[in-house]
Amino acid sequence: MGFLEDSCIILISQVGFFVGGWVFFVKKLFRDYEVHHALVQLLFSATFSLSCTLFELIIFEIVGFLDQSTRYFQWHFVLYLILFMTIVLVPFYIGYFIVRSISFVRDRWVRPLTIIVWLAFSYFFWRLGDPFPLLSPSKGLFSIEQAISRVGVIGVTIMAVLSGFGAVNYPYTSMAYFMRKVQDSDVQSLERKLLQTMDMILAKKKRIALASKRPAVAPGTTGGASGLWGLFRSSVSAPTENVRQLQSEARGLEELSRQLFLELHSMRNMQERVEWAKTWQGKYFNLLGYFFSLYCTWKIFISTINIVFDRVGKKDPVTRGLEIAVHWLGLDVDVAFWSQHVSFLLVGCIVVTSIRGLLLTLTKFFYAISSSKSSNVIVLLLAQIMGMYFVSSVLLMRMNMPAEYRTIITQVLGDLQFNFYHRWFDVIFLVSALSSICFLYFAHKQVATDDADATFHAN
Amino acid sequence: MASIDKVRVIVVGDSGVGKTSLVHLISQGKPLEGSPSWTVGCSVEVKLHEFREGTPSQKSYFVELWDIGGSSSHRNARSVFYNPTHGIILVHDLSNRKSQQNLSKWLAEVLNKDSATSSRSIAVDQYDPEQFVGSTQIPILVIGTKLDLVEKLRANSRRTSAIAEECGADEIFVDCQQMRALAAGSSSAIKLARFFDKVIERKYQTREARDRVSPFTVDSRRSRPFKSYHND
Repeated sequence: MGFLEDSCIILISQVGFFVGGWVFFVKKLFRDYEVHHALVQLLFSATFSLSCTLFELIIFEIVGFLDQSTRYFQWHFVLYLILFMTIVLVPFYIGYFIVRSISFVRDRWVRPLTIIVWLAFSYFFWRLGDPFPLLSPSKGLFSIEQAISRVGVIGVTIMAVLSGFGAVNYPYTSMAYFMRKVQDSDVQSLERKLLQTMDMILAKKKRIALASKRPAVAPGTTGGASGLWGLFRSSVSAPTENVRQLQSEARGLEELSRQLFLELHSMRNMQERVEWAKTWQGKYFNLLGYFFSLYCTWKIFISTINIVFDRVGKKDPVTRGLEIAVHWLGLDVDVAFWSQHVSFLLVGCIVVTSIRGLLLTLTKFFYAISSSKSSNVIVLLLAQIMGMYFVSSVLLMRMNMPAEYRTIITQVLGDLQFNFYHRWFDVIFLVSALSSICFLYFAHKQVATDDADATFHAN
Repeated sequence: MASIDKVRVIVVGDSGVGKTSLVHLISQGKPLEGSPSWTVGCSVEVKLHEFREGTPSQKSYFVELWDIGGSSSHRNARSVFYNPTHGIILVHDLSNRKSQQNLSKWLAEVLNKDSATSSRSIAVDQYDPEQFVGSTQIPILVIGTKLDLVEKLRANSRRTSAIAEECGADEIFVDCQQMRALAAGSSSAIKLARFFDKVIERKYQTREARDRVSPFTVDSRRSRPFKSYHND
C-alpha cells in the first residue's frame, strides 16, 4: 500500500485514541468539575493519543502491517510531536496556569512570567543529563537523542517507583492474611462516642453564643425572653475569659472528633474489605495475591542480583521461552512463526495493562489531591507524567522483544545507552519496593494499635 | 441553656464548594479569615435564631449547623451524622455546574441513610426528588456560593437550579467572603430566616399551633395559586 493510505490509517487510529482520551477525561477524571478551559482537555487527549500511537507502531512492527518506510517515517513524526508536547507545550501551560492562580500577579505580567518559568524548567531539564552516563558525546545539541535520553530518565524513574509500590501494595490489599475482623459492636460504640463528642462541642458553642450575645442585648427587646437573659447574667461572673476558655476547649474537642471520625472511617473500610473478600472476585484476587507476592520477592531478588553482578540480560523472554520449549521440552515448534505471535501477545498484554494501570493510578491520584482551584494544573501535570511514562515504556520494551524487532526502536531512538536505563530501573525498583514494605509495615502496625485503642475506649 | 430549644440542620455539598465558609458566615456574622482546610468528618456551629422576629410570639431557638465534609472517600463513615435532622441546606458552587448536578445525589444519600447500613452505593438515578416533597417534608434550602467568581465569568448567573425547582425549595446566592451578603434585611437573609422558621415550625408544630396568632407569611412569595391565607 502507498504512503498516503498508510498514513490515513494511522491518522484514523489517532483520532480514535483522541476521542478515547477525551471521553476518559470527561467521564472519569473531571467527574466533579466543570471544564472552563477546553485547552486542558485538548492537551490531555492529544498526549494520550500520541502515546497510544507509539504502542500501535510497535505492534504494527511485530505483525508486519503497513510499509516499512511508512512506519519509519511515522515513528519519527510521532516521536518528535510527543517530545515537543512533553518538553515545550505542556510545561508552558502548567506554568501559565500556576502563574494565573497566584492572586497578586497582574494580567499584564502573566505571559512574560510564564516564559521565564518555562526557560527555568528547560534549564533544569537540560542539567538533568549531567550526572548520568546517558549517551556518547558525539551527538549535537538539539538532536532527538538529547531530548529522549532525559525524558527517558524521568519516565523510567516514575515507572520504577510505581512498579515497586504496586508490586508490594497489591498483595497487601488483596490478601486476606492482612485483613482484620471488625465487630459491628465496635463500630457502633465508636459512632456513639463520636456523637457524644459532637454534643459536647455543641454545648460549649451554645454557651459561647449566649455569652457573646449578652453584651448586645438592649433592655427593650423581647419581653418574654429577658427573664431568660437575667437568669444567665446572674449565673456567670467573668464573660470574656469564659469565652476564650470555652473556645480552646471546643477546639480540643473538635480535634478529638476528627480523630474519632478517621478511626471510624478506617474501621468501615476494613469492614468493606472483609465483605469484599467473601465474594468470588475477592477470593480470586486473594489467590492472585499469593502468586503476586512470590513474583514480587523474585523480582526484588533478581534486581539485587543484576545490580550486584552488573548483569544485563541479552535474551528476551520470548526467545528464551521458545528455546526452552525446543531444547529441553523437545517440542517441535516453528520458532520463527511462534516467535512473532508470542511476542505480539506479550507486547500487547504489556501495553494494555500498562495503559490501564497508569490511567487508574492517575485517576486515584487526581481524586485524592485535586480541588476546584488546582484541577487544571494537576490534570496537565498528569498529562506530562503520562507522556514521559509511555515514551520510557517504549524504551524499556525493547528488552522484551526478539532481536529482529528491536532494530526499529534502536534505529529510531538513536544511539542511547539502553543498558543504563535497565540498570536504573532495577535500582529505583528495589529502592521503591523496599521503602513501600517498610512504610506498609509501620502503617499496618499503627492501624492495629489504633484499633486496639478504639476498641478499648469504646468498651 | 436547658430552656432554649434546638433544631438540627445539616449542610451538605461537594468538597470545596464553600460549606465551612458559609456556616461560619451564618453563625458568626462575619466571613472566615483565610482559606479553610478540607473538613474532616463534621464541624458544628450554632446560631441563636429568633423565631418569628417582630411578632408577639417571638422566641429564641438554637439552630445547630452540622457542616459535613464532602470528600468522596469518607462516604461510608459520614452517614452517622444524618440522623436525626430537621432541615437540609444543599450547597453548590456557582462556578462549577457539576457541583449543582451532584446535589440530587447528595439528597438521595442523606434521605436513604436508613437503608444504607450496607456500604454499597444507592442507585441514585432511580431517585426522584419530586416524590420526596410529599413523603418526608424536611425543609430544604439551596445555596449557591462563590457569586463573585461567577459575575466575572458570565452575566446570566441567576437562574434557579433544577434541584431547587424539583423540591420546591428556596434558593439564595451568596459570596461568603462579603459580610453584607447576609446582612439583616437583604433578601438572602430574609429567605434564610424564613427557612429556619419553617424548620422550627416542623419540629415543634403541635406546640406552635396553639400559639399561632396570625399565619406568618411563609408562603407569600411562592407562586402557589391554590393557597391563600386569611387573618382570622
